[in-house]
Order: sequence, then structure tokens, then C-alpha cells
Amino acid sequence: MTEIRYIAPTTLDEAVGAYAAAAGAARILAGGTDLLVQMRSGAAQPGTIIDIKKIAETTSIQETPEGGFVIGAAVSGAVLAEHPRLGQAWPGVLEAINLIGSTQVQGRASAGGNLCNGSPAGDSVPAMVAAGAVVNLQGPNGRRTMPVEAFPAGPGRTNLAPGEILVSFTLPPRPKGSGDAYLRMIPRTEMDIAVVGVGVSLTLENGTVTAARVGLGAVAPTVLLVEDAAKALIGSKLEDAALEAAAAACSAACKPINDKRGTIAYRIKVAGVLLKRAVAIAAERAGRN
Amino acid sequence: MNVINNKWIGQSTIRPDGADKVTGRASYSADTTMPGMIWGKVLRSPHAHARIVSIDTSRAEALPGVKAVVTHKDIVDFPLDKSVMLGIQDMRWMCRNVMAREKALFHGHPIAAVAAMSERIAAEACRLIEVEYEVLPHVIEIEDAIKPDAPILHDFVSFEGRPSNIAGKLEHKLGEVEAGFAAADVVIERSFTTRPVHQGYIEPHSCLVSVVDGKATIWSSSQGQFMVRAMTSLLTGIPQSDIRAIPAEIGGGFGGKTIIYLEPVATILAKKTGRPVKMVMSREEVMRATGPTSGSMSTVKIGAKKDGTIVAAQGTFYLQAGGLPGSPIRGAAGCAFAPYNIPNVLSTGFDVVSNRSKVAAYRAPGAPIGAYAVECVLDEVAEALKMDPLALRLKNAARQGTKAAHGPVYPVIGFVETIEAAMAHPHSQAPLGKHQGRGVASGFWFNAGGESSAQVNVTEDGNVVVTTGHPDIGGSRASIANITAELLGIDYKRVSVLIGDTATIGYSNLTGGSRVLFASAMVVTQSTEKVIKTLCERAAKIWKIDPEAVVWEDGEAKPAGENAGKFPGLSLAQIAAKASETGGPIGAGVQQNTQGAEGGFATHVCDVEVDVDLGIVRVLRYTSFQDVGRAVHPAYVEGQMQGGAAQGIGWALSEEYLYDKNGKVDNASFLDYRMPVCSDLPMLDAVMIEVPNPKHPQGVRGVGEVPLVPPLAAVANAVANALGKRFYSLPMSPPRVLEVLDGA
Amino acid sequence: MAKMHVTTTINGEPEEFLCDPHDSMLDMLRGALGLTGAKEGCGTGDCGACSIMLDGRLVCSCLMLAPEAEGKKIDTIEGMARGETLHPLQQKFLEMAALQCGICTPGVLMASRALLERNPDPTESEVRFWLAGNLCRCTGYDKIVRAVMETAAEMRGAAR
Repeated sequence: MTEIRYIAPTTLDEAVGAYAAAAGAARILAGGTDLLVQMRSGAAQPGTIIDIKKIAETTSIQETPEGGFVIGAAVSGAVLAEHPRLGQAWPGVLEAINLIGSTQVQGRASAGGNLCNGSPAGDSVPAMVAAGAVVNLQGPNGRRTMPVEAFPAGPGRTNLAPGEILVSFTLPPRPKGSGDAYLRMIPRTEMDIAVVGVGVSLTLENGTVTAARVGLGAVAPTVLLVEDAAKALIGSKLEDAALEAAAAACSAACKPINDKRGTIAYRIKVAGVLLKRAVAIAAERAGRN
Repeated sequence: MNVINNKWIGQSTIRPDGADKVTGRASYSADTTMPGMIWGKVLRSPHAHARIVSIDTSRAEALPGVKAVVTHKDIVDFPLDKSVMLGIQDMRWMCRNVMAREKALFHGHPIAAVAAMSERIAAEACRLIEVEYEVLPHVIEIEDAIKPDAPILHDFVSFEGRPSNIAGKLEHKLGEVEAGFAAADVVIERSFTTRPVHQGYIEPHSCLVSVVDGKATIWSSSQGQFMVRAMTSLLTGIPQSDIRAIPAEIGGGFGGKTIIYLEPVATILAKKTGRPVKMVMSREEVMRATGPTSGSMSTVKIGAKKDGTIVAAQGTFYLQAGGLPGSPIRGAAGCAFAPYNIPNVLSTGFDVVSNRSKVAAYRAPGAPIGAYAVECVLDEVAEALKMDPLALRLKNAARQGTKAAHGPVYPVIGFVETIEAAMAHPHSQAPLGKHQGRGVASGFWFNAGGESSAQVNVTEDGNVVVTTGHPDIGGSRASIANITAELLGIDYKRVSVLIGDTATIGYSNLTGGSRVLFASAMVVTQSTEKVIKTLCERAAKIWKIDPEAVVWEDGEAKPAGENAGKFPGLSLAQIAAKASETGGPIGAGVQQNTQGAEGGFATHVCDVEVDVDLGIVRVLRYTSFQDVGRAVHPAYVEGQMQGGAAQGIGWALSEEYLYDKNGKVDNASFLDYRMPVCSDLPMLDAVMIEVPNPKHPQGVRGVGEVPLVPPLAAVANAVANALGKRFYSLPMSPPRVLEVLDGA
Repeated sequence: MAKMHVTTTINGEPEEFLCDPHDSMLDMLRGALGLTGAKEGCGTGDCGACSIMLDGRLVCSCLMLAPEAEGKKIDTIEGMARGETLHPLQQKFLEMAALQCGICTPGVLMASRALLERNPDPTESEVRFWLAGNLCRCTGYDKIVRAVMETAAEMRGAAR
């Protein structure tokens, strides 16, 4: 039986130092709602568990002077939901994070954990991709950033460098007339893993879409940024033809598998259905801002 | 008896075990510990079908902290050629289910077990046990298992003279079915499949066993401490008198805890080590190796006259047994047509083994499978005849005097009343919107009597303690308190109701078959009547009058007849205070094989809405109408009806076992098994109809199982009504719904 | 393996325990701390039977490491009643038969109390979605939802 250590550093440098020193035998603990399940099944057998919830940067929500947000990687969904302005600016991102698991899981689970888990079905990821979120990383070689869609490398894998820790997400400021939304298909009403998840972010001027991003989850080895869907929407007034084209782009982008949660044919069809529904919600929200 | 002006019977009193359960104090089996306790863990087969060539436990035994290892060699063998029955269980199969002998028959089948100082060491030791397997081809689905070239699980099983995976057949026949169909104006025949579903109790199986001086004490949650004792005795060779099985509170069973998995193993480990051994299954183990109920393949054919009279019905039901024989074909073939008066019936069940965990009872075992097929075909018959589906059922409903295909001629039953109540209910007239539909279905369950024991004792201060022998799953203690208080004319709070262990109360059969309140109320009533007789005798002694001249009224002994009014009444407390001087302690027990349980009937109405783009079905409204005999504790009767409806909705829409290509369960977790969560369901209305059972002192009929019989078809018929398309397989999961819709 | 020493507060009382670094809080509660009201139904956060409050937030104790309790405030079902006086939710669950086998009940009660502390007037839908992480196989949830809403109404009335 292996020796296991638990540490809870109070600074990022300390955490990065310990993580790098463990040379792959450590796991970062944020909410633990994935890690503890993996440890129980034997899928994860970390030598060192590094709890990052005592570090200010990973556990706080900052507003940037320009009107954006920096969300600590370990902030729980429940804490995010209580923020007075985040949900107004980014309702789709917030609803996506809040869809992860039960009330109990929300008390712990974080967007950072959801992304680092590397699941193509993580609920927060398509919404973050649609939002154009950037992740802030810190490793032995210092800090760097990358767009959120560049972070996953495949099921259960990420593009974090050895010893690197996900510190926070930066969400850009919202121009007037913007709205986002996230929808997922699950068989039950709660407590399921997404069979398909779609995040949409739109900016409208006088009814015309001036900017759009679409993130698509659970239909490929990683969450996808569907640029063709965005192109179909930009410049349109969300007429049926534009929506159909965007939905078709989503279906075309799918490279799904048959698994216990859904079939290939089902996922391809549902991706298009959800795209249209999410666009409608995002547009309605954009109209209010 | 059946007095209408009851004070306690019919009251939703607070259950005696309630405060313990809302404060976290109630002791379930995994909550029990003992000094010196060590932990047991089971090694399970990684193959769905394999011959066990050898098991080498030496490396495991050498691991520090390991105290003992057991394999099938430590369990009493029941040779394959001689059946030994314990109730409905054949010990040949039970012994092989508890620990694989010749073969591993499913992925997760126990191969060996270890007792060690900690759970982690025990798990580590399991990994050190070296098992040589000869892996065999496996078969999971019924349709594959009954093919001529299927891998055969058991050489000793043959059907129609050939080696087969069909391990049994049961047939119910009434009249001449072919002649019946020939006389029909409309004949509809359809085939259906259902998937295996798990009972889904939230409490995993667990036990704690201590063996001292050859005598075993077992703490475990089960649906029968006497079953635990008997099976453990048979599998360990310890006589029943040396086993004390103590029933812990049980965290749900639904039939799945009418057999045992861990107790004999823990007993042998405790005996070998001289230390108390605790074993607790993980959820994954529960999903891989316990329960579920059968998946099925059925064909049902019904013929009717133009006026709606059903003249013939035929059903063929293939049920999965799992790796060892014993699926609930009696429930499927027996209950399927039981709600109806049909002159010509042929109903046949086949028991099919395949490489899955052995099925266990699940609430009206088999009956929902039969009812699903029959009630869906009835809907199509109604459609073909342009009849209202409830009117068709009413026209053909079984009544007093109807001869059922499974044997009995019905006495007083309340089926018609459930249909009439459904027809008259506002639910049946409520408007429906787009993509919404309404379905109805009915169902029957046998119910059961059988052996029960009770002891009713009057305390020295004039209160009452009742002990029965049935684990209380759904509130039976509260019902017994109501009945005892009613009979004695005292406040129900003065009655304590306890579940005795195997050493402190007489033999009592399982909590199962919807029998507990029927049977225990009977023996408690008789015991209480004996106590009342004694109380009257004692009063007579005090008054120095003839005991025949004393009556028990309003909680008091009163002089009657010519002595009426001569003495002030004597209360229970007053008589109890003088018990020693008037003859000694006051109490009485009755042990009986109870008879007279009569069938239960229900009719359900369900509204659904379908998201036609995503294939999602949501239940909008659900109302159950059930003949409950007499609702001794109405809130817990409603609870049975609501819980059964919820389980049925899960069976219909989302629950199923999924297997990978190696025959391993692919969704052995609550996350992916998908039982209904709170936000999946609407309120579940329960309409209780009381047609008292004349053979029972309080009119009780079993109420726990029939609620799971109609829902599969009620939901399926509602979906068909919403979409204009029929589904012949469950669950109606979103991908399957879209497949059917897109198949247009 | 070196044990860790953890100082925490459980149901308002200071508490210390020794644990392995990878022990779950649920194992500690049910084991060394003797608080068996939290149940293990799954060990993977899917049933809610192990629900506790951690610094005022509802969590699954099976998904929390025991060392994380250091310096935190933990509340369990054992602290819900004040002596013999039941919390209004506990009382209402008894009166309205909102439990059958009772194994999910401690978790459901902890979750329901957390809801009413945040939202004294929840709709049926809010109750249902809040409790979606608490599996109950006996009741079909009907009486649970009714009991929570009835308690909320009574508590609002009492507060008025």
C-alpha cells in the first residue's frame, strides 16, 4: 500500500513547488467531487493530495476594471451562484456550472475541477468556450494563459504542462446587447452526465448578430468550439435559415461514440436541437442587456 | 369485527420508530460495531462465465493483517442432483450464489472472501488470491440464451430432452384458448421486452457476525431474521438453535433482501478468526452481484367480441433468472390475466438462465412484466373496438365468483371499484395539451399469509409491549400499535411495538409478499384478545364474580349482565397493579400459519408529455386507485402506493442494466443506473378504496406490491396516446423514443 | 502510514481526531467519531444519504477528505434536534409520514434544512430540484416534498 500525503498550501508558489516535486504522483484537490470518486474506484492513486482551497487566488472572484471577471479555479458552484453580478453578466456560464451534480456537489465542485477532469461532457466547459474564457495557469516556469478550448487534450487528458496548476478563468467584459446560455440533454432532470451540451454566446445590435461563439460538449473527444455554427449566426437576424445552418454545423461537428449514455445518431440530432434552443435563450437575454 | 367507528385504526399515527429515524439514532446493520471487530471483503469474478480451475489463497493469507480466507470449500455443499428447498429458494442455487463452486456464472460472482484488520488490507488480500479460470463463452440476453447454439450454463439443466438454458416452465390453463380465439371478432398479438431493473434500496447489504463458543450472533438488515438464521444454518452447518439473528433497521428491501449474500460468509470468517467480522457491500457490488429482477421477452394475444367481451387470452413470458435458476415466472404468468374474467386462457412462463447476477424478488415479482404486456395489448384492443380503455377493463373485470386462470375462484374483491373510481376521478377528464397523453392500466398481486408469531405483554404499570417477528420496512409497527390500541381501548402511545430477534420471538416468515400486516395483525389480534380475556378474568377475581359476567369496554373491565353497574370499571393499569395477587404476569402469544390473504387490485392513470425533438418523456400527473382492504394506517398505505408508482415510472422510462461486450455491468452506479430523482416526478396521488377482506379481523389486504404492477403499462399507454405510436420495449429512454418517432 | 491530527468543530462542540490522509469525512464520522446518522448509500456523491453541513454549506461527506475538516464547522443530523425537541422539519416528517425505511431521511432532512435557511418560501419545483441529489426509493418523494413545504409555511407563520 502506498503512502499518501495531504497538504493544504496557502500560496500558489508552495502548491506549484509541491506539485512539481511530486513528479506526477500528486493530484490537485479542489472540490474533490471527481477526485474522491476516482480514488475510491482505484482510478486515481495519488501519492500526494494538494488541496488548493486555502490559496486566495484559486478561491476568489475578482471583477476586472474593464468589467470582466476572474474566477478562481476552486470556487464552488454554490459560491458563484451567490455572486451579485456574475450571473447577470454571464448567466449561461453560471447555469452551466450550477448544473454540475446535486446541491451537495455544488457546495464543493468548481469550474476548475470540471475542466481539469478532462471529460468531454463537463457541463461548464462548452459555456466557458462560448464565453471566450481564458485560463490562467501557473507552473514551475511561471504563468501563462490559453483559451479554454485549447485546454482539453482528450478524454481525461489536458494540455497542462508538468507541474502546472489551473489558477483561474478570465471572462471578458460584456458589450451591450450580449447574452449567453447553456443547455444540456440528460435523460433525467438532474444528477446525470450530459449526453450533449451546448453553450452559446451572442451579441446583437438592432436584432443582427454581431458576435457569436458556440461550444459543444459530449459529442467528441474534447469539447468543441464550433466556428461554422458561429459563422452561420453572425450577420443574421436569427432567421430560421440561419438557425438551421448553425444547427447543421453543430451536427456536422459531432464525432460522437455510442456509449451507455447515448448513441451516435441521437447525439448528432440532439446537438442541432439544443443549439437552436440555446440560441433562443441567449438572444432573449441579449435583448434585455 | 370491521367496526367503522374506530379510534386508532385508520389514523395516521406517528410511527414508534420515527423519532429514531429523523434524528439519525436508528441503528441499521452497517451502523453496528463491536470491540475487536475486523473486516471482511469478497473477491469477485472478473469473468461473466468461467470454470474455476484452482484457487490459491496462500499469498493472501501471508499478508500481514489478514486473519482468515474462505472459499466454497468452507461452505456446505448442496449437490446438484438433489433439491433442498427453503421457502421458494433452492439451496443448491443459494449455496452457489453465495460462493461460486464449479463455475463463475456472472461478472461479480463471489469467488473467495478475506477477513483482515482493516477494509483496505482485506481488499489488498483479495488482489493476492490467485484464481485460475478457464474462460467460457458467455450469454447475457434471453434471445441469445434460448438459441440452439447458445453457450450452456449448466450441464444438468435440460429442456425437452436437450441441454438448455431454459431451467423451468410453468403453465396456467383455463378453457380452450384456440376455440376462444376462433370466436373472437378482434384478435391482437404483440411481443414485448423489458430490461432487468434493480430494487434500488439505498442501504447496501451488510452484516456483523460474532461467533463465541460455537454460537453465532448476526446483526444484519434483511427482510427476515428467520430466513437469515435458516440459510446461514444450512450453509454453515451451525444448528439454528446456536444462531441468533438480530434484525437491524432495514434501509429498503423491496424483495431484494429476502435472500442473503454476506451472512454465511461472515459467520465462517468469524468462526475461523474468533473475532467479530463486519462486511459491507459497496454500491457497485450491490449493482453487480445482488438482485435485480428479471428482464423479459413476452408475447401476448387477446381476442374480444365486438361488444368488448374478451373471449380468449394467451401469454408467453420468458424471464431471466440470472446465472442460477429461479425467475419469478409464477408472478408473470399467474398475475398477467388475473384481473379479468376470461373463459379461455393459456399463460406460460419460461425460466431462462444467463450470465447475469441471480435475480431476487422485487415487489410483486414477475407481475409487472406480465401486466405490461397484457395491459398494452388491452389498450390496442380498446382502440380497435373504439372503446374507452377503462370501460373495456370494467366490462371484463374479475368479480366475486370469477374463476382465475391461476386457480382460485375470487371471494370478495375490489377490482371493479378501482376502475369505477378511476372513471369518476377528475384526473380522467382533465384536458391534455400538445404532445401530452393519458394512459391507464390495471394490475393484480396474489398477496400472502403464512407463518407469524406475536407476543403481547402488559407491563406492571399497565402499558403494553407487542413483539412481532417481521422487519418493519414501511411502517408496520405503527399499524400494529394502532390495532392493539384499538382492541384494548387505550391510547396508542401506551403501546410499544418491537421486532424480536430469532431468540426472543417465535418463527415468523419473511417481510414479503405483502403479508406482514395481514399476518401479524392476525396474530396480534388473537394475542390481544387473549390478554383481554385474562384482564376480564382478573377483574372478575377482584370483584369475586363470574368471569363471563365481565366485559372489556373503552379500556376498562366492566361488570356486565346482572352485575352491570355494581362496581366501578377497572382500568388496564388497575388490573396490572394487582396482577401478582390475581394470578401472575399478564400476556399472551400466538403463533400461526395464517390463512385467508386475498388478492390486491389496482388501476392507475398516468399523464405524460413528450419532448418530441429530444425524446424525453416526463410524467405530468399520476393517480393510483387501489383496493387496500382496510387502511389501518392510511399515510403509510398511501406511501406504499406512491413508492410503487415511482419505481414503476423508473422501470418504464429510465432504469436498465447495461452490459459491455465482456458481460460486465456497464452502469453499476446510481449515476448511470438512473432511478427517478425528486425533480423527475410530480405529486403521486393515491386513492385508497376500502373493500375489507372478510377473512381478516381488520379487513386487511396486502398493499405493498400491487402498486408496482400497473405503472409500466400505464406510462407506455400514455406515451402511445401522446404520440400515436406504440412502444414494445422498455425503458422508453430518449434515444429509443426518437428512434420510434423518426421511424415514421 | 502517519496519521494526521485534525481539529474541528462538530455540532457546535470542539472535536479532534486522527485520520489517514485519504479517509473520507463520512468514514471518520461513522467510524472513530461514532456519528452514524450519515449513511453511505453509494460513496460517489449520487445519493445524498451522507449529507452534512460544512461551514454552512450542504455537502456529501463521502466526497470530502477527513483532513479537510481542519478548522471547519461541521453539522450532522445528530445536531439537528435540541435535546428532546425536534427541529420543525423532523417533527413534520413524522406527522406527515415523509419517511418509510428511513435510510435516506437524515440526508433529506439536512438538505431540507439547508434549503429553508436560504429560501423560506420555496416552490414545489424549487424543493424538488434542491432535493434532486437525495435519492429516496420508498416514498416517491410526494410526502417528502409536502412535508418540506408544509414546514416552510409553518415556520413562516411562526416568524411572522
